[in-house]
Amino acid sequence: MSRYFTEEHEWIDVEDEIATVGITDYAQEQLGDIVFVELPVEGATFDKGDDAAVVESVKAASDVYAPISGEVVEANGALEDEPALVNSDAEEDGWFFKLRITDASELEGLMNEAAYKKFVASL
Amino acid sequence: MTMMREGRPTTPVPVKEAHMAPATATGNRALMLEEALIFEIGSTGTTGVDFGEIPPVASRIGNLARTDSIGLPGLSEQETVRHYTRLSRQNYAIDLGLFPLGSCTMKHNPRLNEKVARMPGFADLHPLAPQSTVQGALAVIHELAQWLVTLTGMHSVAMSPKAGAHGELCGLLAIRAALEARGDARSVVLVPESAHGTNPATAAFCGYKVEDIPATPDGRVDLEALKGRLGPDVAAVMITNPNTCGLFEREMKTISDAVHAAGAFVYCDGANFNAIVGRVRPGDLGVDAMHINLHKTFSTPHGGGGPGSGPVVLSQALTPFAPLPFVERKGDQFVLVEEETAEQHHRSTFGRMVAFHGQMGMFTRALAYILSHGADGLRQVASDAVLNANYILRSLDDVLDAPFGASGPCMHEALFSDKGLAEGFTTLDIAKGLIDEGFHPMTMYFPLVVHGAMLVEPTETESKAALDQFIMALRSLAERAKAGDEALKGAPYHAPRRRLDETLAARKPVLTWADPALAQAAE
Repeated sequence: MSRYFTEEHEWIDVEDEIATVGITDYAQEQLGDIVFVELPVEGATFDKGDDAAVVESVKAASDVYAPISGEVVEANGALEDEPALVNSDAEEDGWFFKLRITDASELEGLMNEAAYKKFVASL
Repeated sequence: MTMMREGRPTTPVPVKEAHMAPATATGNRALMLEEALIFEIGSTGTTGVDFGEIPPVASRIGNLARTDSIGLPGLSEQETVRHYTRLSRQNYAIDLGLFPLGSCTMKHNPRLNEKVARMPGFADLHPLAPQSTVQGALAVIHELAQWLVTLTGMHSVAMSPKAGAHGELCGLLAIRAALEARGDARSVVLVPESAHGTNPATAAFCGYKVEDIPATPDGRVDLEALKGRLGPDVAAVMITNPNTCGLFEREMKTISDAVHAAGAFVYCDGANFNAIVGRVRPGDLGVDAMHINLHKTFSTPHGGGGPGSGPVVLSQALTPFAPLPFVERKGDQFVLVEEETAEQHHRSTFGRMVAFHGQMGMFTRALAYILSHGADGLRQVASDAVLNANYILRSLDDVLDAPFGASGPCMHEALFSDKGLAEGFTTLDIAKGLIDEGFHPMTMYFPLVVHGAMLVEPTETESKAALDQFIMALRSLAERAKAGDEALKGAPYHAPRRRLDETLAARKPVLTWADPALAQAAE
């Protein structure tokens, strides 16, 4: 399994053709206390860059983009009852949705963990 | 000489500091009165009205008839009046002090407007009254429309939209109708990051796909990015000018020319028109549609959910598609045009947005405001709005970070970020501190392009003395937050309630009241 990052502060775990997507620990810290998460429905298809989910904190509502194109195979229903999971465990239990990847070549150009850390340090 | 002094000592007893004062038995603190929920003070045996005996009637709804109480609280008239008066004294209002809510223009509402709006000839009209009996009211709508068209340099105005976002919808519907009329359906609306949040919402509601246009580091629209994105699929660009960073979009005319060359339309969010009224005519900048918030620029009370009014001025290209109805002058008569006509106006109207003519109470107030200020007064409105905001910006940019401070003068609002506050201190702490200092907090965490944004709009109606007091308060709070004064994290100390748990309120909202006795019985 390999983990990728985007400049929009999302992480993507890729295992075979399934990508698990969430927001990074840096993102949850910037957003503050998360109070609501709107997830995509199973079967929805997204092009890379489409709005796929919404995350709302006490400060603001933000879109979560589909980091790559694909079809939603599962959404993390636990977030609907307990959005705080995004704060407490953004990069594991606080995942948002899983996509069946339609074009694996889109993963090229995403950052690895070291590159993302460098990116965050530059902000 | 001896004097009877019993009961009225003339020397005050030295008091301990206020926070050392013992708690009162009632929870009240002199003029600050605690007040329970209306359900908690009501009783079933009390009523403020004396109904006559209800004659017996045979039920026609059978077993659907309610048999138990509906649980409304019972209060006498005096208890009701006291309840709401006590609550109102815990509120903050523009009539109590400076209300620096950025992007909202909470300025003084002249009482002359109120006097005019309450004149029976305006206040007691019915919207269905025959036109011959309401010529004065139609004349007011017509004259206000003339002023709005003149002040904006546009071709016509649709008076009926009921608020800013409703006006945005009106503008986009006119744009869509114009595109459809030329057989050119387009699917995308471009919205810069510095636009009002309602803009993308309106475009999406209108069925368009919304795409962001980034801002330059100095807080304005990235002209090259915008030009690069224009194409045959773009229906319109929605620009807020002055924008939410409090800056004037200097390249507006260049933007409009590029948008028109690509066959698209320019929507301008005119919510901040009070910063440029009498100084800049949006029509000269190539704008096709713009809403004017009468309740902001032309000063009608809107705090606390009061009515809004958002007339939309239109370019010549969009005028035929404007919504009905219109007031037109025919000779010495004013006529309400309610159907499509062959004339250029309303030739291809997209329809009707509201049941009647628009927000009449706002029209009378806005016209009273315009006429009492005159052309020179309106110019001064814009000058004072900009002067006051720049006074705030430059009085505080040594203690607070002004992210666009180097981008030139601001317009009607001053924008600060949370950069430089001590570790663990946030914009929220400063906002809560402002409550203790007796001010409504500024807009915070908006616009999103600035970290920990504090958006201050002092408005044109505040005196220098009022601005100086606000600056002193904000300066002191900024210094405390930079020095890491832990006490600030506990603010507010002097409000009716201490700091509320916003996260818990959002995650587990309690929106209904339940009788504790019944709730306990149910458990």
